[in-house]
Amino acid sequence: MSRLNVNPTRMELKKLKARLKTATRGHKLLKDKSDEMIRRFSALIKLNKTMRDEIEQSLSEVLKEFSYAKGQLSKGALENAFMMPTATLQIERGVTSIMNIEVPKLTVKESRGKEAYPYAFAQITSEADYSVKRIAEVIAKLVELAQIEKQVAMLADEIERNKRRVNALEYVMIPQLEETIHYITAKLDENERASITRLMKVKSMIAQRQGE
Amino acid sequence: MTDKMAILGEGDSVLAFKAGGIDAYYASDREEAKDILRKLAKEYAVIFITETLAEQMDDLLKKFNQSPYPVILPVPSGSGEGGYARAKMKERMEKALGVDILFNREDK
Repeated sequence: MSRLNVNPTRMELKKLKARLKTATRGHKLLKDKSDEMIRRFSALIKLNKTMRDEIEQSLSEVLKEFSYAKGQLSKGALENAFMMPTATLQIERGVTSIMNIEVPKLTVKESRGKEAYPYAFAQITSEADYSVKRIAEVIAKLVELAQIEKQVAMLADEIERNKRRVNALEYVMIPQLEETIHYITAKLDENERASITRLMKVKSMIAQRQGE
Repeated sequence: MTDKMAILGEGDSVLAFKAGGIDAYYASDREEAKDILRKLAKEYAVIFITETLAEQMDDLLKKFNQSPYPVILPVPSGSGEGGYARAKMKERMEKALGVDILFNREDK
């Protein structure tokens, strides 16, 4: 590992020691953050999986029903029936934070028109009624899934970024600082030894001269 | 703040969503879908997108993961499961944890 390019002085040594302290502390904090994020992530992804399984199941059922219902209608009637939906699902968008990451929080607010179904009953079969009702239910669940899946995605990104930071500190920054500190201490000690030997030499020279 | 939802997709499944009260948009090919999605991203909070289309514009979808909104969710289209969402889940799991904790049991 390469050391930093600094002058081996006591000033630098002091500065570097302070930096090393900060880096070690930062590393510990980030590592803890990473652990907690991973814990939350595992819980979320499990939820994501079960919800997706469930929803894919019910959605494919609903779509099947829907196409069946559709098959019983003429194209014109169908278009009339579904082109102007009265039920407009609205959602409220909010933001919460998981481990300081801003993630979406959605709540479904259903604002229906006067009639529950977007068509007159005379036009359409009961299968269509049923499937329209089921679709609304599935969509509410889908919104929930959307929220969780987005949270999972964002958390995964953040975990990866955090891992990079932890690794950069652990394998680059901290070793570098340690090595530089070691280098400066060695250099300073060396200087000190040099000056002591010089003094001893001078002393002996003086003593010799006085002896003559 | 209330907001709207949209579905972007191809074929029949979109109609079903429309009946449920969601604004529907059709796209037949990849470039068209990308353009529409970019426009929708400014207006809608939640965008559902059929898996077959989502798979084709994976790179664009990735960009939307940097901010909380819009939330884009791949949904299975009427013509069978694409498995795109599942693959994504797996990818995220491996990215974050380094191991697969959900799907490994099924593979065996």
